Amino acid sequence: MSDSGFSGKSWVGRSVPRVEDARHLTGRGMFVDDIERPRMLYAAFARSPFGAARVEKISVEDALEVPGVERVITRSDLEDVPGLRPVLHRPEFVGVDMPLLSGERVRHTGEPVALVLADSPHAAEDGADAVAVEYERQEAVVSLDAALAEDARTVHEDMQDNVMVDVRSPDDSGVDEAFERAAVVVEATFETGRLAAVPMEGRACLAEWDGREDKLVLHTSTQVPHIVRTALEEVLEIPQQRIRVIAPDVGGGFGQKCVVSREELLVAIAAQRLERPVKWTEDRQENLTASFHGHEQRYETSAAFDERGKLLALEADILCDVGAYSCYPFTCGVEPLMAATEMPGPYRLERYRSRARAVATNKVPMAPYRGVSRPQFTFAMERLMQKAAKRLGIDAVEIRRRNLISAEEFPYESPTGVVYDPGSYIESLEECAGALDFPAWKERQEGARREGRLIGLGFSCFAERTGYGTRTFALRKMGITPGLDNAHVRMDPSGNVAVAVGTCGHGQGHQTTLAQIAADELGIEPSDIVVRQGDTETTPYGWGTFASRSLVIGGGATKKAAALLAERIKEVASHLLEAAPGDLEIEDGRVSVSGSPDRYVEVPAVARAAYLEAQRLPEGEAGSLEASAGFDPPGTFSNATHGAMVEIDPETGDVRIERYLVAEDCGVMVNPMIVEGQVRGGVAQGIAAALYEQLIYDDEGQLVTSTLMDYLVPTAMEIPPVEILHLETPCEYTETGAKGVGEGGTMGAPAAIASAVADALSHLDVEIDRLPITPDLLRAAIRDSRAREGNLS
Amino acid sequence: MKDVHSVKIAVNGRLHEIDVESRRTLADVLRHDLGYTGTHLGCEHGICGACTVLVDGLAVRSCLAFGVQADGREIETVEGLESGGQLNSLQEAFSAHHALQCGFCTPGFLMLATALLREKLDPTEEEVREVMSSNLCRCTGYQGIIEAVLDAAGKNRGTEAVDGAVSRETAEDRVEGVSLLREAGDHTQ
Repeated sequence: MSDSGFSGKSWVGRSVPRVEDARHLTGRGMFVDDIERPRMLYAAFARSPFGAARVEKISVEDALEVPGVERVITRSDLEDVPGLRPVLHRPEFVGVDMPLLSGERVRHTGEPVALVLADSPHAAEDGADAVAVEYERQEAVVSLDAALAEDARTVHEDMQDNVMVDVRSPDDSGVDEAFERAAVVVEATFETGRLAAVPMEGRACLAEWDGREDKLVLHTSTQVPHIVRTALEEVLEIPQQRIRVIAPDVGGGFGQKCVVSREELLVAIAAQRLERPVKWTEDRQENLTASFHGHEQRYETSAAFDERGKLLALEADILCDVGAYSCYPFTCGVEPLMAATEMPGPYRLERYRSRARAVATNKVPMAPYRGVSRPQFTFAMERLMQKAAKRLGIDAVEIRRRNLISAEEFPYESPTGVVYDPGSYIESLEECAGALDFPAWKERQEGARREGRLIGLGFSCFAERTGYGTRTFALRKMGITPGLDNAHVRMDPSGNVAVAVGTCGHGQGHQTTLAQIAADELGIEPSDIVVRQGDTETTPYGWGTFASRSLVIGGGATKKAAALLAERIKEVASHLLEAAPGDLEIEDGRVSVSGSPDRYVEVPAVARAAYLEAQRLPEGEAGSLEASAGFDPPGTFSNATHGAMVEIDPETGDVRIERYLVAEDCGVMVNPMIVEGQVRGGVAQGIAAALYEQLIYDDEGQLVTSTLMDYLVPTAMEIPPVEILHLETPCEYTETGAKGVGEGGTMGAPAAIASAVADALSHLDVEIDRLPITPDLLRAAIRDSRAREGNLS
Repeated sequence: MKDVHSVKIAVNGRLHEIDVESRRTLADVLRHDLGYTGTHLGCEHGICGACTVLVDGLAVRSCLAFGVQADGREIETVEGLESGGQLNSLQEAFSAHHALQCGFCTPGFLMLATALLREKLDPTEEEVREVMSSNLCRCTGYQGIIEAVLDAAGKNRGTEAVDGAVSRETAEDRVEGVSLLREAGDHTQ
């Protein structure tokens, strides 16, 4: 690590106000739907009203009669256009094609069957309504049980069953042995509800054909512009240099926009064929019914503990309801593979056996959603810990303390081969429990119970793998492997700097934080630096923003590139100062000779010399002040303990969060304000998953929660203030010492809330094994438990 | 067949006379006919509040109002909050308290808070929380938003004019067209 990053004068570590704010506070942001073009057409999709059906006939005549409708595109117009076919090079993977438009079978409600183009969005929607499709309905397969039944209809006709991924860990007979000598074996089945990411801006794209350069330009609300371009190459049949993908301001993504949508490709195809701009902006109902879902999982688990509460072995059968198709490029393996590989979490474990399956159903496809399986298995692991503690008479903190990986064990290798770099697992538990005065809790709780009140305190501990590069991703065996990212840094003749990165922030404040990182290397102010992202033509190649990777990998690349530029600046300055480059340092906008602060030249003067007064330099030294660097780290684990204090209304089943505290460690914080924003936003989504949100399909495959009246995104009334304590274990594998922090909030909150609710009801023999913990479930559980007690007494 | 009406709408003090198709929402009129794209559409069914604007001073979800209903009315949008290139104290508080991340819901929250702070100079945290719960934010967890509104309200304490928002007087001064419109007849029915 270079020495500048941690000095008292560094920009890294400060809560620098965000440069992104001004445009959003004044209405000057530019989201896709804000862009207008002359002669623009508007797109709308006719979508399947059924969960499963054979498409008998599509008639577009009526649609073409609608005033304003110019063209209708169906499967028959796309004969040579391949569908999206993401790949895993694994024998346990069954690949399926996601057609851009369905021509023969529809496999989920909302599946697109026709694209209507019109001169107004209203006409396009009228046209989509007028597309007449004859369907022969089929039985929809809408649950894990239905999909896995012996006689289940297969979602894809050429599949043997509905299992698209089936991975088993190597057989370890030590698992059975451990179960045999266990003092306590806890067995439980955990289920978590299907969720939607609900970025406030839904998906949107605008494609235009640039006839001058024979080029397709796609503006799209995406987290991964370079990956969208790769997907476009296949369907447009033009090389990537003639495709430009631009992500302007993106109104949230949370994973839903780190995959490629059918609609993005179709809109691009339409613009290419018609040589006119085409815009599509989905409405909220489309976003809920026809984009991507996630997190619907079931864990059948057994855990063996010794008499002191030490976890000896874990066995898990993991099922992920991944909907009808695989998402591009991650595939439907993203949830089961994550779950199987990382389920042990922050706990020391010697014996582990798992099986993880991706199960196809007639539902909207799964895509990575903030946390990817980790909120689910953290919920499962924390509940197992809690159940074991109860059986053994150990308290909630002690059982975790005994099982968490301790400081001296790092680097720790898990049974699945995952290596955990140093963190503060036990320390964060102690901090969290201390701040919530855990020792006094039992007494407080008993006092409340005497008053008839139900209060609970719960914890969850987790490790969040972040910033993992190619080598780690390659273990997943995807058809194309994510991981690396690049940065390009250039100083202009006035001494200002542009940083261009392949990551693509959409709310995370990268234009601020990456400038902080570059400023430290270049000895200038962040305000003299502009960060550019989200444009395949003006940024170096990169995998975009997902998996808590951008600040770590994009930030690392930025730091490396800026350091190279600093060297280049010193080279030029060395001629002006007549000193060796190695004797120079850059600070406070000056290049000066070490030990002789009076011998200096201002950075803008160096830039001027390089470009505009090059005669001052020896031949061959003139030219540009720029540098590029890539970064591709192995990955690092952030960690945290969440603590929640709740009160349950026994009459209504309502859960109110009285206090919520996070003790987290994401290594070096580049901008603490932004770290806290990521934590708080993540916790809010985790609380939503714990208590409120759930996508519900009926037996016919209709989504019955297709509006925000039914899908309950929590408001300021439900989400409490979140107290945050910071620990700092700098990461040695990342250039900045930082670890990623984008998803942790979402991972810890469901388990912490569930632990707290279970604690509140610990005297009633109520198990909290399902999320969301809805008022009706809770009321019924309390009622049943009291009835049982009544019978007993 | 299009059903088109001629309407007069004042937006942030500027009078617009346009022809509006009857089925076009106020949000569409503002965004696509008049170019005030700071107003965002997050759900188009009245839940998320990203499209909140002020209509004659009242917070309204512009996705649930038709453009023709704005005939003769004074609309305020996020574009009207700053003056002379300076953020107002509410906008500054949003930045200081990290009350925005992706920025998509931000204009709706700013307009909602503007309406609240005009009505109530010094609201309690509970009041702020309750009013702000009209809108949805997916990024921040709301804490920064609540703190920002309270901070802006705190700066109002002891002042007559509402510093945290476009003051009524200032708005009236700038909205010459609106007064004329109102005098010209009753457009509010």
